[in-house]
Amino acid sequence: MNHSQAAEQFTRDYDRTTWHDKSLWFVREKRDRAVFQVPEWEALREAASQIKHNVLSNLDEYLVQFEEKAKANGVTVHWAADAKEHNALVLQILRENGVSQMVKSKSMLTEECHLNDFMLQHGIEVIDTDLGERVVQLAEEPPSHIVMPCIHKKKEEIGELFHEHLGTEKGASDPQYLAEAARQHLREKFLTRRAALTGVNFAISETGGFVVCTNEGNADMGAHLADVHIASMGIEKVIPKAAHLGVFLRLLARSATGQPVTTYSSHFHRPRTGQTMHIIIVDNGRTTQLGRPDFRNSLKCIRCGACMNTCPVYRRSGGHSYHNAVAGPIGSILAPNLDMRKNADLPFASTLCGSCSNVCPVKIDIHDQLYKWRQILAEEGYVDSTKKQGMKVMASVLSNPKLFRFSGKAGRTMMRLLPFTVSNPLNPWYRGREMPEPPKESFREWYLHREAAGGNGTPNRPAVSEETRLGV
Amino acid sequence: MSRDRILAAIRENKPALRPLPEKSTFESNFPDLTETFSEVLKFVGGTPVVVPDLAEAETYIRKTYSDLPNVISLVPGLESLTTMRYDVVDPHDLASVDLAVIPGEFGVAENSAIWIPEESVGHRVLPFICQHLVMVVRTADLVENMHRAYERLSVGASGFGVFIAGPSKTADIEQSLVIGAHGARSLSVILLENS
Repeated sequence: MNHSQAAEQFTRDYDRTTWHDKSLWFVREKRDRAVFQVPEWEALREAASQIKHNVLSNLDEYLVQFEEKAKANGVTVHWAADAKEHNALVLQILRENGVSQMVKSKSMLTEECHLNDFMLQHGIEVIDTDLGERVVQLAEEPPSHIVMPCIHKKKEEIGELFHEHLGTEKGASDPQYLAEAARQHLREKFLTRRAALTGVNFAISETGGFVVCTNEGNADMGAHLADVHIASMGIEKVIPKAAHLGVFLRLLARSATGQPVTTYSSHFHRPRTGQTMHIIIVDNGRTTQLGRPDFRNSLKCIRCGACMNTCPVYRRSGGHSYHNAVAGPIGSILAPNLDMRKNADLPFASTLCGSCSNVCPVKIDIHDQLYKWRQILAEEGYVDSTKKQGMKVMASVLSNPKLFRFSGKAGRTMMRLLPFTVSNPLNPWYRGREMPEPPKESFREWYLHREAAGGNGTPNRPAVSEETRLGV
Repeated sequence: MSRDRILAAIRENKPALRPLPEKSTFESNFPDLTETFSEVLKFVGGTPVVVPDLAEAETYIRKTYSDLPNVISLVPGLESLTTMRYDVVDPHDLASVDLAVIPGEFGVAENSAIWIPEESVGHRVLPFICQHLVMVVRTADLVENMHRAYERLSVGASGFGVFIAGPSKTADIEQSLVIGAHGARSLSVILLENS
């Protein structure tokens, strides 16, 4: 199912679509309130953007330095070319330690790698410990948002899931009650699992450490109680210096949820006594994206989700309609790099309004990249043929003035006399759009009439008085 | 080997070198750091308590948390609040801690975060596994913003360190804020005016 088909299915429930839209807009408004309290916000974004540009232009050296420092800190560093190698490495580490059960805090990279399915196939139990992620895991669904994984679920549905899996009372849907049940359920997991996997928000090249940000405290509960800590990171997560965290931590939570900072910003440098710590540095298509000048900036992303919360298409189509680990505008420019054929629909899931680029804390030109992907996908032959045919017809009409005038007139007449010829479900443009009232005449006709009448107003347009024209 | 192939692909595909920005630290001007810190802490669900000295801090803690039996206090001068053994080897043995009272190295006014290096707590898990948390910091040790914080800090010096801002929380269920996710259910920050 492509994005527009999935979106159509999602929007069939009018009230739910409105509810979803409002939930996300609420987060966007919280973001705005937080941002307005920082007078230097734009300068911060610019600094973050420039740091990330520097990182991408010197990525190999920063990674080599990071690896060297991390090793000196007593951490084992692994490299994975793709999802398959990443998953195999995690499995190998667990088997070497005789572990068959693991807790995991939020990591979009492991979603991208489909780690949970792989582990299940190999007899390893993985428990997601972020509340939202646990909810979608119990529902056997992927997360629909990178920061709020179960934003698409109503509390009654979560109550039903918890009743079935955690034994909460039937019909109970109070968020406080449900969160308390999850706390008890997951605390038992934290206390009994010997391995923990976390993501990485930032990896510090100069010190070999990494930072994990959560509000719930689940990454820390997992990591500090486990004998084995595995941290998975994409190659683009590295930053040059610890001082740069000052910039990124000021931007991340404000952009994501409107908080001044996440509750916990945990800096890991060395394993604790008796613990082993592993870092897996993953490529999985990132170096290919780095080689695409038009799209490499997508690797600046710090995964705050602000572009999703503001996107009019995301808000009304839901994260699952993007069929990719990262949904929304940023997901739509990352996904075609991984698989053009499978994700050719995503750059079209946008109005190109540019709101995503405006809120992006690291100034990624998201909507420009969406537009550029459309051109590449069309060139490569991945765009639906009806769209292509339509564009061809339009191009020939627009390049021939006589044909253009004739078509315009014919169109206006048809819409006036026989509206159903355009306002019908066979016209793909009409689906989801109201056709406008056809004007009586074209601009060209109006202009010619105006000239004929002495250049001073027409029946369709009131004459402008001298005072108004002079602004008196 | 994947390492060498990844690095080679980066070298081949990376853009020309771009400089780091000239300016990546900024000033924040708050007239009163204690006041800003306290306001932000309330906003994120914590309780600020400004007291003149440790004696008042102790009075506040004894009164507020009188119903909590298992207490560990690591703040110099407040050790007498401790009611259970802390010389455990296995961090799992801390699962029954009701209240942890720990020293904060410094606080950040703009976001009410407090830096806790592992040297201050011994067991890394303590501030997370306890049911309730109290952090004690001197008002003289408040800085304006995160830029000042990292200037003051040598992150690599500690094997682990964490900024904690507020009690643990989640809004994953329909955006309803619930305090007390997996970490502490409540947080008080005691701000010491004299010491």
